[in-house]
Amino acid sequence: METLNSITPELIRIVMAVVGGVVIVFGNALVMGYLERKLAGHFQRRPGPMEVGFHGILQLLIDGVKLMGKQLVVPAQADKKLFMLAPMLSFVPVFLPLLVIPFSDKMQAFDLDVGLLFILAVAAINVLAILVGGWGSNNKYSLFGAFRSVAQNVAYEIPMLISLLAIVFMTNTFSLKGIVEAQNIWFVVLQPVAFLIYLVCMVAETNRAPFDLPEAESELTAGFHTEYSGMGFSLFMMAEYTNMFICCSIATVFFLGGTSGIPLPYFEYTGAIWFVAKVYLLMFFLVWIRWTYPRTRFDQLMNLCWKYLIPFSLVNLLITVVVVKL
Amino acid sequence: MMNVDVLQDERHHRFVLNMGPQHPSTHGVLRVLLEMEGEYALELQPVLGYGHRCHEKIAEYKPAKNFMPNTARMDYLGALIYNHGYAMLLERACGIEVPRRAEYIRVIVDELNRIQSHLLWLGAYLLDLGAFTPIMYSFDDREEILDILEDITGSRLTYCYMRVGGVCKDIDDKFVSRTRAFIDRLRSRYSIYEELVNGNVILQKRLIDVGDYTPEICARYGVTGPLLRGTGVEYDLRKAESYSVYSEFDFEIPTEQRGDSWASYNVRYREIEQSLRIIEQALDKLPEGDFIAPKVPKKLKIPAGDYNSSVEAPRGELSYYLVSDGSDMPYRLKIRTPSYCNLSVLPEMCKGMMIADVVACMGALDLVIPEIDR
Repeated sequence: METLNSITPELIRIVMAVVGGVVIVFGNALVMGYLERKLAGHFQRRPGPMEVGFHGILQLLIDGVKLMGKQLVVPAQADKKLFMLAPMLSFVPVFLPLLVIPFSDKMQAFDLDVGLLFILAVAAINVLAILVGGWGSNNKYSLFGAFRSVAQNVAYEIPMLISLLAIVFMTNTFSLKGIVEAQNIWFVVLQPVAFLIYLVCMVAETNRAPFDLPEAESELTAGFHTEYSGMGFSLFMMAEYTNMFICCSIATVFFLGGTSGIPLPYFEYTGAIWFVAKVYLLMFFLVWIRWTYPRTRFDQLMNLCWKYLIPFSLVNLLITVVVVKL
Repeated sequence: MMNVDVLQDERHHRFVLNMGPQHPSTHGVLRVLLEMEGEYALELQPVLGYGHRCHEKIAEYKPAKNFMPNTARMDYLGALIYNHGYAMLLERACGIEVPRRAEYIRVIVDELNRIQSHLLWLGAYLLDLGAFTPIMYSFDDREEILDILEDITGSRLTYCYMRVGGVCKDIDDKFVSRTRAFIDRLRSRYSIYEELVNGNVILQKRLIDVGDYTPEICARYGVTGPLLRGTGVEYDLRKAESYSVYSEFDFEIPTEQRGDSWASYNVRYREIEQSLRIIEQALDKLPEGDFIAPKVPKKLKIPAGDYNSSVEAPRGELSYYLVSDGSDMPYRLKIRTPSYCNLSVLPEMCKGMMIADVVACMGALDLVIPEIDR
């Protein structure tokens, strides 16, 4: 009985964290799916979804039902095991990083000392999922998408990490909470170059236009998820949206002061409002550029990374280290 | 046809990628076989015939006048210009004089048709390059043209407006005022296109020096239209032959020197303004009179002989060549459509390119597949 009593709070914590994570994943996919279509509509001089519910607000629920009702088609001669595994594999890693993100002072499941490393390590599994899905589909276009995705994501993780390292040198901690607490002035002011580099990398990491080469529609039909239907496809989509959410969360934690904002009552909880607001502001930015710019070519994308972003982020890191040491 | 087995034996690191007939950026039922090595396309081969409807053969089995609707179904984006070329052919064959008002109306609707074709190309091309939004704006403008043309022709895409000796319906004041309003509207939109699209660095990097070709290559393959003018050759049938009443208008032929996708992009874009200028002048000078020649025989007997007519379609030179044995049905009708020749340059243009550039080149050709497979 005594052991049970000591376990219970921890158990409740875990259950709450998991439930919270699931709510965020699905809720974010619904909200972002709706926002993306609505915003795209307004950028394109059309109203977007209007039929289901007030201004089409229930559209994504209906879409979800439709996707669930669809047959999962496995292409002939596809590697069936890998084909089925890939969507799930892409879904797991995007769920785990949510556990270490400090939504407010008290709304954080686990405050790991190595929070940043944990996120980057786990998020990299997503690349594996895309590769597995592209390979398992037995489709040349899918394989193209998968290869592009690996090359792109591996390349862009480097400047992303280096630009974040500059912040780590300033705060002396990998803990996300510690970084939020260290920001008297938002780091976007102190580290504008790192922020810009991170933004570019974020677009590439989440496979969004203008860097959406793994799923370049006009070249590769739909890239790595060409052969996926129904829930297989929607798991990939949900993973993509959650990935966006996580990348924007990291940007918020590292550059935009996390929860800091106008004080509200019960700030240790309500700080989450500011946090989520900042995250969605960045998401809006992602949607905005997606519907504005044409797609880059693959070699241009890699050039941008290896020739510009990595040297610039290294120089930025060097300057930061020198300044901190002084 | 590339042999897949041979490739697997001898050059095992290469593979054949089958692009189309269902592919988002072939815009129709075009199939292209690409021999790829990684991202690079080493060999290309267009495969045609998915939309073949025997238009030339059909022409031999019906009275020549009745072929008019078929002309619109070859190039669905330049239907009126195809109408015009065919009407001109029969008028030349039978020696029918066209009233001046009819010629003016023809020029006006031709140029409207050309603008809507270029607007659609602009949107679809940018879509190929991954920019989703511009197509909505260009379609918005194009819609206005379709509405205007619908009012006088009765259809929105596959027009059958021209007749031997003129056009089937006169234009009215409403048409004139709407067209004038449209000219102002489109001019006010240039700033959107130029600042947001043409000035975009990503777009320029995607198009400049992509798909180099020279006037010699164009001559070898019979490439015409904006592609040819992109190499600095000032060849436009509206000036070179000044058919119809084109000699009465003051307009320029936009040319570029680079000979790449960016050049043909700019040529097409600048042609929109020139077409607007022609329409503006034609509306100002619009003469009174008949809109169709009064004495066109019901049964049109074509005197025996060979006849030819050429017009400048949005994609290049369109020619009709008719051989008659003296009956009212053509003995043989040969149609030379521009996209067919323009497509043949693709394998040479795209050798060793990345797949994304192949898509960019294909868009620069501005292909309309039913015109290739007629």
